[in-house]
Amino acid sequence: MSMNLNSAVKGNKQAALRLLKSLRYALYVITHPFDGFWDLTHEKRGSMAAAHVLVVLTFITRLFYYRFTSFMFVKVYWEQFNIWREVVSILALVVIYCAANWCLTTLFDGKGRFSDIYIGTAYALTPYILITNIVTIISNYVTVEEGTFVTYFSSLAMIWSGLLILVSIMQIHDYSLGKAILAIIFSVAGMMVIVFLLMLFFSLISDGIAYFVSIYKEIMFRLY
Amino acid sequence: MKLKRKIAVALLCMTVVLTFCPAGVAGATEINTYTYNYDYWGLEYECPDAYRPTTFITGDMLGVGEFKAAQGMYIRGDRIYVVDSGNSRIVEIQVQGTEMKVVREIKEFKGDAEVTTFRTPNDVFVASNGDFYIADTDNFRVVHLDNDLNLIKIITQPNDVTVDQSLNFLPTKIVADRAGRAFVLVRNVNKGFMEFEADGSFIGYIGANEVVFEWSDYLMKLFSTQAQREQMDSFVPTEYNNLYIDGNGFVYCTTSVFEDWAVENGDAKPIRKLNSLGTDILIRNAPSGWTPIGDQQWDDFAGMKGPSRLIDVTAFDNEIYYVLDRVRGRIFGYDEQGNLLYAFGGPGNKLGYFQMPVALDHMGEDLFVLDSTSGGITRFQLTEFGMLIQNALAEYKVGHYDKSAEYWNDVLKLCGSYELAYIGIGRAHLQQKNYTEAMRYFAIKYDTQNYSRAWKYYRREWIESNMGYVMVILVILIVVPAVVKSVKRVRKEAREEYEHELELSRKGK
Repeated sequence: MSMNLNSAVKGNKQAALRLLKSLRYALYVITHPFDGFWDLTHEKRGSMAAAHVLVVLTFITRLFYYRFTSFMFVKVYWEQFNIWREVVSILALVVIYCAANWCLTTLFDGKGRFSDIYIGTAYALTPYILITNIVTIISNYVTVEEGTFVTYFSSLAMIWSGLLILVSIMQIHDYSLGKAILAIIFSVAGMMVIVFLLMLFFSLISDGIAYFVSIYKEIMFRLY
Repeated sequence: MKLKRKIAVALLCMTVVLTFCPAGVAGATEINTYTYNYDYWGLEYECPDAYRPTTFITGDMLGVGEFKAAQGMYIRGDRIYVVDSGNSRIVEIQVQGTEMKVVREIKEFKGDAEVTTFRTPNDVFVASNGDFYIADTDNFRVVHLDNDLNLIKIITQPNDVTVDQSLNFLPTKIVADRAGRAFVLVRNVNKGFMEFEADGSFIGYIGANEVVFEWSDYLMKLFSTQAQREQMDSFVPTEYNNLYIDGNGFVYCTTSVFEDWAVENGDAKPIRKLNSLGTDILIRNAPSGWTPIGDQQWDDFAGMKGPSRLIDVTAFDNEIYYVLDRVRGRIFGYDEQGNLLYAFGGPGNKLGYFQMPVALDHMGEDLFVLDSTSGGITRFQLTEFGMLIQNALAEYKVGHYDKSAEYWNDVLKLCGSYELAYIGIGRAHLQQKNYTEAMRYFAIKYDTQNYSRAWKYYRREWIESNMGYVMVILVILIVVPAVVKSVKRVRKEAREEYEHELELSRKGK
């Protein structure tokens, strides 16, 4: 019994170490993207757990950005703030992007699996996490005139992450630059199709449910 | 079934009781109207009344017969001049305290003119020396009379190439400055106001919209037929619909010709303030970023559609100005920076509400609104709340920030969400170098610019007073690592030398 527990603790410890190691690898990836993304999937230097952590961190970064940036730069109308909308805009967006990209690249001889794409995308979000958090803190110590730096660094984070996503596609699927750009464009189109289908699905389902609910109500009114 | 009937009877009883009970017994003596303002997010919040309607008076009550489709009103001194267009007369009313009585009816004038009566006049302006300028619309002329109704001059269609001679000269609104120059709003003219010299000669146009070249228009014209093109050309919107000249000779004017989306994205400028060159110099500087457009949010219902269509403006000497909205019968007050002070009024038949408001003017602190459908004049008088706001603004303008803050504090006691009060108090704190307090007040109402300024001073003060600590931290961060590094290097060298010597001595052995 105690042996089991010991080995379990040991296993957990090892898993945690592995997670930390793969997380630290993100710092290497964002500075050496071509090398980094290749090793990430082909040499198994990244891990699914680390990718999950990065996506959740992105979400938390977003919330921190809204909550703790000085009101001079970001004004949030908290009465109408919906945390689920933020969840959707980060987590669901990542998942739908990966799905659309996977659907597309499997047809056009992409080498990456779904998990590879997901890990690559998550690692590409690292600059956004790092820079946005720093900007959020700094924004509380500057004036409006100095705030140009805030917007400058925010856009830098976006551009860096965007370029990393492009490189991740090139390396994971073994694509050329042109093909990767095309893949991104068509992935975005694919995302729109997926969102459209989802909305169609949900509206049909809700209509269907509403139909039965109204029948139930009608019957109840008649019987009453 | 029995229970149901009981409930029904109870409900019926309640309805009867509620119907015959006078609603709101406590407030019956005091007329409360709905006064509101907008917060940073453009949501409206209720304020106490700044202006309260006190009197409503019609032509019949004044003993001169009902006003018929009255179009204009002007106030000079203690006299109200109502342009009773449908009866082709101008009624001069004297206001003494709460009393109003008719002084005279102006139906014709003396002098050398073919027609000495009016036909559907639309507006009157009374100069400070008592001269009348009357826009005698259906006689196609502007009549300039002295105070005893002797003709001084008549302005008709100017014989100028820029004036389309095939169209009738239909003056609808008029003001004149101290030098006797007349600014006339003429129907079917879209080049701005017509400006006439004191002797009646035509100077030119003033306040025209700058024409923006639109590729879409060009393409449209390229692909349309001759007939279509002609129709496009003949679509001539009247740009302005009213004007008012303030004590400094600036012309405030209103326009309602714009698309709804232009109001939504802030392109439309329904209120303008023209200088002598015709340039718009109205300040639109509200911290929330809202510009003076009347309502910020609107719904379409009960026949009232779209944004506010402002049809009259009046400006006080302290540069607070009020505009009148035709669509919803509301009055909006703005300060000189373009902050909405309060909005009130509305459509309806009660006192303080309008069916078809057409003209707005002020006498002292009181506002007067002419309603063309009901043919009556409504008088609004400043309440304590309104007075506090006016005082606070006035004190701020002359630089008494602390006194202004006292008034703003009183305003906050009556209306806890009043935007300008927070910003005003914040400014007073900023002036007195209470930076943290100032920042707190600015942050509540999202006043970015002022907050930033307060923060800048606060930060500078903080760094200056904590210079010692800052230096210490800098020393720790820079000097200590350097010292440690050099010590390490020295020790390393010493050790290497020692080891080297040790080796040498070993070899020597």
